[in-house]
Amino acid sequence: MKRPSFFPLLSWCKPMLKAIQLFLVAVSLAVAFVATDLRAQDATPEMINELALGSYDQTEETIKKLAATGDTAIVPALEALSEGDLYVRKADGQVFIVKKSGKNYKLTDPLSGEVAGEEPTRNFEKIKVKNSLRRQIRSVVGGLTLQAKDASTRLAAANTIIKTPDEDAIDALNAAIEKEQNANVLAALEQARAASIIISSRAPEEKVEAITRIKNMGGREALSLLLGFQGQADESLKPQIDAAIESINSDLAMWDAAQNIWYGISLGSVLLLAAIGLAITFGVMGIINMAHGEMVMLGAYSTYVVQEIIRNSAPHLFDWSLAIALPIAFVVSGAVGLVIERLVIRFLYGRPLETLLATWGISLILQQAVRTIFGPTNKEVGNPSWMSGAFELGGLTITWNRMWIVVFTIGVFFALLALLKRSPIGLQMRAVTQNRRMASSMGIRTPWVDAATFALGSGIAGIAGVALSQIDNVSPNLGQGYIIDSFMVVVFGGVGNLWGTLVGALSLGVLNKFLEPYAGAVLGKIIVLVLIILFIQKRPRGLFALKGRAVES
Amino acid sequence: MISAFLFRAMDRKIVVAIAILVAVGIFIPVSSVFLPESSPLHVPTYIMQLFGKYLTYALLALALDLVWGFCGILSLGHAAFFALGGYAMGMYLMRQIGTRGVYGDPVLPDFMVFLNWKELPWFWYGFDMFWFAMIMVLLVPGLLAFVFGWFAFRSRVNGVYLSIITQAMTYALLLAFFRNDMGFGGNNGLTDFKDIMGYSVQADGTRGILFMLSAFMLALALLFSSAVVRSKYGKVLVGVRDAESRTRFLGYRVERIKLFIFTVSAMMAGIAGALYVPQVGIINPGEFAPANSIEVVIWTAVGGRGTLIGPIIGAILVNGGKSIFTAAWPDYWLFALGALFVGSTLFLPKGIVGTVQEFLAKRKEKSAAKAEQVAEDEAATAGEAA
Repeated sequence: MKRPSFFPLLSWCKPMLKAIQLFLVAVSLAVAFVATDLRAQDATPEMINELALGSYDQTEETIKKLAATGDTAIVPALEALSEGDLYVRKADGQVFIVKKSGKNYKLTDPLSGEVAGEEPTRNFEKIKVKNSLRRQIRSVVGGLTLQAKDASTRLAAANTIIKTPDEDAIDALNAAIEKEQNANVLAALEQARAASIIISSRAPEEKVEAITRIKNMGGREALSLLLGFQGQADESLKPQIDAAIESINSDLAMWDAAQNIWYGISLGSVLLLAAIGLAITFGVMGIINMAHGEMVMLGAYSTYVVQEIIRNSAPHLFDWSLAIALPIAFVVSGAVGLVIERLVIRFLYGRPLETLLATWGISLILQQAVRTIFGPTNKEVGNPSWMSGAFELGGLTITWNRMWIVVFTIGVFFALLALLKRSPIGLQMRAVTQNRRMASSMGIRTPWVDAATFALGSGIAGIAGVALSQIDNVSPNLGQGYIIDSFMVVVFGGVGNLWGTLVGALSLGVLNKFLEPYAGAVLGKIIVLVLIILFIQKRPRGLFALKGRAVES
Repeated sequence: MISAFLFRAMDRKIVVAIAILVAVGIFIPVSSVFLPESSPLHVPTYIMQLFGKYLTYALLALALDLVWGFCGILSLGHAAFFALGGYAMGMYLMRQIGTRGVYGDPVLPDFMVFLNWKELPWFWYGFDMFWFAMIMVLLVPGLLAFVFGWFAFRSRVNGVYLSIITQAMTYALLLAFFRNDMGFGGNNGLTDFKDIMGYSVQADGTRGILFMLSAFMLALALLFSSAVVRSKYGKVLVGVRDAESRTRFLGYRVERIKLFIFTVSAMMAGIAGALYVPQVGIINPGEFAPANSIEVVIWTAVGGRGTLIGPIIGAILVNGGKSIFTAAWPDYWLFALGALFVGSTLFLPKGIVGTVQEFLAKRKEKSAAKAEQVAEDEAATAGEAA
């Protein structure tokens, strides 16, 4: 079988087609939005039909004419032409975008984009296209989108050129820059022009300015652009390019570090959230609550139940689901904590190792109970709209859910701090932490304080669960993943001191994220664990140890 | 001197326990291997295998009891020593596979060929020799415990802090052994063993011998532990448990006392692991899971910590219960285990053996008091008569 001769050409054009596809996406979006557009002249079906007439030269003329209309509606037709999907109906010379379906073509109107039925393939003839035409189409399409009405379309077009710079686009860019009003788009357009100039065959003098502009642009794209150009650049430009690359690299390194710090803070706030309840039960009562992770899990499942109810009965409240779940999770986990304290733990005071075993048993029971009720699989907990997506801050990408968790953690931390420092129950808790017997002698009902503390610690674990349900799988094993890390934080930060827990959580989070790029996630974690073990040798009571006689016991 | 050391260990209970272990260690393999299946005394192979596993667990629980029950160090990382011993044995068994592996490489184990490794990593050298592997079974857990304990005890990390960092240790090891780069088979671990000292690990005879060795080793460990506990050192050990500061002020080097028992205990755990691996045919990083270590604690607690027989009984009872439970009501095993944790800490703080001992001691006291009463009464009547 003889291959059609344009096939090798087609494959050679692949990268170009990719770029065109990108335009197509941007443009079809734009077409949807830009319904009424003030233009010199709208493109008419007749003009499109002219594409089918005669020779390549004539087609070129028609494309020019179409371009002169400045109508973005012609873009799909030109795209189709470039990809060989534009056909003419032999009977009436009507042009369609076609898609093969069996023996028929599915027809689409080239201008309106409406479906125009199906007809047998033999009624049609393909409109021929060659590479010079494709190039022409690309610059026309680029120019059109660069002057589109919608600012975001123009921006997208400019950004596409930055990604795949093109010498042919320079004129279109110049034209667009002259007309541009929007400062953001103007900057992007100028960067696109600079990028195109750098790879063009223009004089080195012109390129110097372009390089500076690209350097100022910064980021990985600028870097890859310059790196790609470095090899073929003019001798005289070399030092300039090297300097630009170095400057971009050092910028990138700085942003990388900033990104790592952000990830570290984010991880640290998750750790803090999980550990903070543990810190107060451990600090005040000296008991090791191995079921703490399960309290977190209960909070997450409370969120799940709340969301299920909202989905089934009041979908419009979905964005409020987390706010509704917070008090419920606090009450559920707190109540379970209170029951545990009354039934088991109060018999075990003064025997911390026994509380460790008993609470471990409780954690197994809670896990299995949840597994029996809800099943062993992960539960779907949705993100409200204000928690999904991300935003950019300089070179940082920050997802909203992480951002809100950090904010939430800070809120919980200071609320708890205020409770401990400013309320009567907080005063009593601190008194019991520092000297249980003396506090008891002063009339504080220590058993009541213990119960309240345990319930509070559990409740806080519950609201941590609400937050963690947004970033982790809600499954019966949710708590187990956090328990060891939480203990590390508490032990590292020092017992009975919330600031210690804060510093401990954040420094472990940041340390972890800084080790990860060098050592990998698992090895990084191992190193952190070993460092904590070594640290405990130096300071057996943690970073901020309580001092005093009562501590020794 | 050694005979005196051992002689002191022989109180009646220990002698009975050792005798039972030796008898079981001989009877079960013999009946399983030599008696026909129709015989009422025949023990099926799978039962023998199961109990062989329990015996190694019992040895692990005994090791934990030495540090927890007698010295007050609650280690939540003893399964790590067990697993390290198991890995040392597993490495020997891997080297014995030779060309019978899937890839037929005479030196490299299958997983290394799979990972495209060209030569054996240095830490696998020597594991083709049984004696070397056996030394490693003792040395690796012992060395880890020594280094870890030396740091921890010297800086007086104790109580829950020590428990938490031992947990961190086993967790770190768990993560490490999951890594393929470590050269221990990643998350698949070591398995597909063929021979041990030239005998097939699948053969009934080998299984019988392994069971026998487990029972004998447990008896030996019991004897040794009893000797340690009853020695002068053992008294100081209990002193450290009950009043650490006071013992220190009396002039004892508490950290050395703890370090010794911790290291010895880790070695015992290593032996248990080495006996465990050929009987179950696999060792993987899951053995390092912190939950495993905590489970060992509950065996010891149920049986009775601070007694030597208790952990053995506890390990066999709890694991027997687990086998029955997970077969009959798989969904409820965690409820039962959880309840066991809570119940044994609340209601049986001394464990089964401890409670029975207490009960017996009370009854003895009572009967002694009664006898005294009777004697007094008799004396009184005699006096009246006179």
